[in-house]
Amino acid sequence: MPERLLLTGNHAAAYGAMLSKAEVISAYPITPQTMIVELLSELTASGRMPAKFITVESEHSAMAACVGASSAGARAYTATSGQGLALMHEMLHWAVGARLPIVLTNVSRAMAPGWSIWCDQNDILSQRDVGWMMLFAESVQEAQDFIIWMYRVAEQVFLPGMVGMDAFILSHTAEPLIVHDQDAVDAYLPKFEPLYDLDPAQPRAYGGLVNRDHYFELRYKIYENMDRAGQLLVEAGEEFGDVLGHKYTPLEGYLLDDAEYVFVSAGAMTSNVRQAVRDMREKGIKAGLLRVIAFRPFPIDGIRSILAGRRKVAVLDRNMSAGHSGIFAEEIRSALLGQPDAPPVYGYIVGIGGRDVRVETAMDICDDVLVREEPEMALFVGVKGLPIGPLRKDASIRPLQPLEVMR
Amino acid sequence: MRWVVPEAEHMAEGTLGCQGCGGALSMRLVLKELGKDTVAVLPACCWSIIDGPWPVHALDIPVLHTAFETAAVVATGVKAAKEIQGKDTTVVAWAGDGGTFDIGLQALSGAAERNEDIVFICYDNEAYMNTGIQRSSSTPTGTWTTTTPDQRPEARPKKDIMGIIAAHRIPYAATATAAYPEDLERKVRAAMAIKGGMRFLHLLSVCPPGWKMEADQAIEVMRRAVRTKVFPLYEIRNGREYTITRWPDDLPLEDYFSLQGRFKTLLEDEAMLELVRGNVEERWQILLDRHQRSHPELAGAE
Repeated sequence: MPERLLLTGNHAAAYGAMLSKAEVISAYPITPQTMIVELLSELTASGRMPAKFITVESEHSAMAACVGASSAGARAYTATSGQGLALMHEMLHWAVGARLPIVLTNVSRAMAPGWSIWCDQNDILSQRDVGWMMLFAESVQEAQDFIIWMYRVAEQVFLPGMVGMDAFILSHTAEPLIVHDQDAVDAYLPKFEPLYDLDPAQPRAYGGLVNRDHYFELRYKIYENMDRAGQLLVEAGEEFGDVLGHKYTPLEGYLLDDAEYVFVSAGAMTSNVRQAVRDMREKGIKAGLLRVIAFRPFPIDGIRSILAGRRKVAVLDRNMSAGHSGIFAEEIRSALLGQPDAPPVYGYIVGIGGRDVRVETAMDICDDVLVREEPEMALFVGVKGLPIGPLRKDASIRPLQPLEVMR
Repeated sequence: MRWVVPEAEHMAEGTLGCQGCGGALSMRLVLKELGKDTVAVLPACCWSIIDGPWPVHALDIPVLHTAFETAAVVATGVKAAKEIQGKDTTVVAWAGDGGTFDIGLQALSGAAERNEDIVFICYDNEAYMNTGIQRSSSTPTGTWTTTTPDQRPEARPKKDIMGIIAAHRIPYAATATAAYPEDLERKVRAAMAIKGGMRFLHLLSVCPPGWKMEADQAIEVMRRAVRTKVFPLYEIRNGREYTITRWPDDLPLEDYFSLQGRFKTLLEDEAMLELVRGNVEERWQILLDRHQRSHPELAGAE
């Protein structure tokens, strides 16, 4: 029987790894992910979870141990955050090139310096082009379920996947959680069947030198499988509903039918944006919400069809790519480019370094987008002393000093 | 009958190793004892090349190539999976001196401290040979490399990796070289006999191009490293019990250095030569003292 518990996002992630029957776990503690590591240590030490737990000496080694274990045919899991994910970067590439369906949870934390343990999504989005699938959880339930959903797809396409969860807002917030019946999860996620498992009876070399005649094709297949994963996420999300009681989709809409103004959000702050959209409706504004759950593969077709013909689109980005814009806004503009009836995309940067994104924040953005004429690449929300708007024009940036030779 | 050096071969006759490659010969000899039920993890090192590009593969065991700094921990992950699967496969991490002394040291220390059930083997050619002879922390005092040119040869002594490993108190660690294959095979057997914990072998592995010497002197030069006390052969059990396994003779240091162009400047620098002589003798005395304290019953026998 499924169990109903009150748990934090971190503990839900540990339950997700346990229900997925991860066989090798390798992790390193980092705030705010540490509770995942602690609970998995307890679950493996008590024998409730029959897995090997390797207490490595760094996140780089955590991913390297997962690479070794997955290469040898085991289902491998790790969890990290911020600096830890950045340190893993080289081995994240390795997991992709080696085609290993490892799953990790990243508790999104702002990058140092200055030291910050609070939430923004620049850590996970900095791994955009590595070739990992990426899902963004909004609730404690999703922090658990997305791990199971991700393994289901990862082991079909032989690509790794990460589940993003926002620091504290989700990782340390307790919500009711349905812990699924293990037999039902087993029915949804059968035992991992690796294609290769370092069997001495099959003495092959893995990951060695390839010359220019082969590398491009290997990468082409990675692209091809990532593309295929888009449809598999849809199918596996439906199966999740059939077997485990809740259907998941790469995109989620709310009050979109007649919406003229669509607010786009990802992660835990979406709950506040949803409430704001309800409040806007009460004020007579035809507002709707589009939540992006799958970031890689990016659901381009869904985004195009959902956003076509809307009056304005406001993207809330809890991240920024300095020199360009918010990253979700950038991706959505790119998906819409050249489409008939493409709406203007207003990019709003919010909540960097854990600054609150409240219902009121989303309402302020609504007020702004209703009257703003030109869509801007990046509109900053909540910078002290500044109204919502693009970069200030009067900043005193150090000019180049004239060179002697030019005088 | 069983030969001291087993007849079994697990390496193909053709590899991409250079003439006289100590790393290639070491692999061939070590695999004879490790046997067929083995998986090797190779970080970036000469062996990334020696094994051959896809689809060529010189060994008849599986090889998992991995990133430079990860040999010990990837081997740990492979072993964890094998354990979960109920398999007793030996997992060996096979790294050069860069992947052991330098970039690989953190993961190696982690695995040693946790006493992981793996065999870590360092084939040490005393510089970054795969990238074209740059110094590593294993490069000995007075050595020429492309980053320690003749105008500024290596000033610091070779890092004491065996001391670092001993400090982790792992069950078994030993030095060996392919120039003494019986001693090497015995140590691989000893490592194999101790299951359930970390084993470490430090193999001096000649590199004729990097050491600027004739390939046909490869075995001789490794022998002289042992005879001159530059590279003593010994083993350490549990980080405390030291046993010298081959006694050096009175061969002068110059007889080791003079075979190698990389020591040309050193041989011309009397002061640096004296410094090196002092270092070699000091390290030998420390080793001898540890050996004697580990074997009080042998006092006065040598």
